[in-house]
Amino acid sequence: MPLPPLKIVSARANDPKNVTLEGYLANGGYQGLKRAVLEMNPEDVRDQVMQASLLGRGGAGFEAGRKWSMLKKSDIRYLVINGDESEPATFKDHMLVESDPHQLVEGALIAGYAIGAARVFIFLRGEFALGFERVQNAINEAYDYGAIGRDIFGSKFSIDLVLHPGAGAYICGEETSLLESLEGKRGFPRIKPPYFPAVIGLYGKPTIVNNVETVANLPWIVKNGASSFTDLGAGRSRGTRMFALSGQVNRPGTYELEMAKNTFRDIIFDPEFGGGLRPGRSLKAIIPGGVSAPWLGPDQLDVVLGQDEVAAVGSMLGSGSIIVMDDSTCMVKAAWRISKFFARESCGQCTPCREGGSWIEKVMNRIESGAGREEDLDLLMDLCDNIVPGVSWPPQQTTICVLGPSIPSSVAVSIKMFRDEYLTHIKEGGCPYD
Amino acid sequence: MSRFTKEMETRAYELLALYPEKRSATIPLCHLAQEQNGYLTEESMVQIADLVGTTPAEVLGAASFYDMLHTEPVGKYVVGVCTNIACLLQGGEELLGHAEEKLGIATGATTDDGMFTLEDMECIAHCDHAPALQVNYRFFGPLTNDGFDTLVDDLSAGKLESEVPPHGTLSRVQRKHPIAVPLEEIVRHRRDSDAKEGERLAAKAAAEAKEGSN
Ligand SMILES: Cc1cc2nc3c(=O)[nH]c(=O)nc-3n(C[C@H](O)[C@H](O)[C@H](O)COP(=O)(O)O)c2cc1C
Ligand code: SF4
Ligand code: FES
Repeated sequence: MPLPPLKIVSARANDPKNVTLEGYLANGGYQGLKRAVLEMNPEDVRDQVMQASLLGRGGAGFEAGRKWSMLKKSDIRYLVINGDESEPATFKDHMLVESDPHQLVEGALIAGYAIGAARVFIFLRGEFALGFERVQNAINEAYDYGAIGRDIFGSKFSIDLVLHPGAGAYICGEETSLLESLEGKRGFPRIKPPYFPAVIGLYGKPTIVNNVETVANLPWIVKNGASSFTDLGAGRSRGTRMFALSGQVNRPGTYELEMAKNTFRDIIFDPEFGGGLRPGRSLKAIIPGGVSAPWLGPDQLDVVLGQDEVAAVGSMLGSGSIIVMDDSTCMVKAAWRISKFFARESCGQCTPCREGGSWIEKVMNRIESGAGREEDLDLLMDLCDNIVPGVSWPPQQTTICVLGPSIPSSVAVSIKMFRDEYLTHIKEGGCPYD
Repeated sequence: MSRFTKEMETRAYELLALYPEKRSATIPLCHLAQEQNGYLTEESMVQIADLVGTTPAEVLGAASFYDMLHTEPVGKYVVGVCTNIACLLQGGEELLGHAEEKLGIATGATTDDGMFTLEDMECIAHCDHAPALQVNYRFFGPLTNDGFDTLVDDLSAGKLESEVPPHGTLSRVQRKHPIAVPLEEIVRHRRDSDAKEGERLAAKAAAEAKEGSN
């Protein structure tokens, strides 16, 4: 049985009044920020976050406290909040931004205080029109309330916060691409090294990039203390995590669960959460962590939803998304659609990603539409191997960013798990599910 | 006429003032121009380049990278149907096919009356409402074929003017406050507070060292 959910970031999500300052304050809002700027030194806040073992919620799972400690000393440093959320089947930030905009603002300001940012930018995916209205309204209210601007809450700390729109490009979620976009350019990821924007970031200045959900945890952590946060979860995975459940499940949606305490089975089948599959259907495969992640089968339902636990079975918790596919779904088609996504969204700078991605899509399309040949399976594996030598996981990086190396996993894993299904397409000259 | 109107120009200057470097306002200004003209005209790209201090080619280069920025005219309503994985599993492709039929156009095209442009979108982060779509970046879903028809009929009849404003993410977003503290002043502050923090940390380290030696 899953434990009763203790909610941190989605605790107020169902209260429609919460989107206004008045509602947010009635729900205990801005107490974390007040405590931070009035009672704590920046290094105390950083210590708390370090002790909380707050893993980044954007996908890579890098510890926020450690990232902050890598920030290069400089008079000007920036904080950028990554609200680009375009990873397929990931929609937790969408929900957080629309239902609790002040929490995002408060969290961003706490992070800005902790690292001494000269200015904070919230980069929000351009397609979130309502999210923009809500967050900008929250920012306007927060300025009037004295939470942003000069001497916030009468402390000596001053800071400005700017909401910035994206314009439709998955790649801009990659942090260096995001910074290019924020500088007004095409969203081309930057060549590494430097590996971290914490050394050279926005306008060449040291910059921390953190995900929306990551900073949304900060008001709670500062208010309740790091040890309350580490009371939840296990191992390196502490606190809670937003899971975005989608696909062929009865109750798709976002669910905030304590980290490392529930399994895939719990979230998919518990009536409180996913509520199981449609009548008469059985589970075929799960895609955890975003479409870059290797798929899992029904025999892995009891894997625990924690950073290291999912990594241990050769996949990743990633962006917290979980896609459920039942036995009515064609695995070739699913893998083809993912390859189409990558082919469309490659920024085109690196040959393996640009060429490899579009060739994989073409061959996948050929098989799905019935014109495939048996050699195509080897051809696909060869293409995968050209992008990621050895088709290893986690992938070896041959390109500027990890979009390219993300392309092979769904193709390679679906061939491995469902080779017969590929062969049926080839032998029958068409998709058996059409 | 596609340069910014006086009122829009004021908004443009407000946006420019939010960034340490003007060029950062490129994409916000492109959104603003689209809101005014429906799409990005050559003339407005020239003006944006002028405002942010780059060349029109740089503005076009950036604009052409992003799906939301249109350098050709689009319909009053941009309908984007998601066909990515979660929507695919719930009939997103079929919905797109139905949309082509209902609107009488191919994906990517605009109806003759200039009302609708149909697009095939990647995931719009509305996957728990699959199959999902956006009209001018407002969310709808899950949609059946009948639901889609009703939506289009309501849009055509002007019944959703307030729910679905003109496209452009910023069309109803108005920042009320200019930058409160100039960057130079912030930098002086941070230098002081960093120095104080350095002293605190040094004192703490010294105290710990002393404790350790006891
Ligand atoms: C192709 C690609 C897309 C990404 N998309 C996002 C995104 O939409 N949102 C996000 O927060 N991080 C995204 N990331 C991860 C960011 O690069 C970065 O690691 C993250 O924003 C850091 O925040 P965190 O440490 O708080 O998780 C993406 C990475 C890659 C390679
Ligand atoms: S790996 Fe792909 S998306 Fe990333 S920089 Fe290279 S071409 Fe662009
Ligand atoms: S896959 Fe369609 S909204 Fe996410």
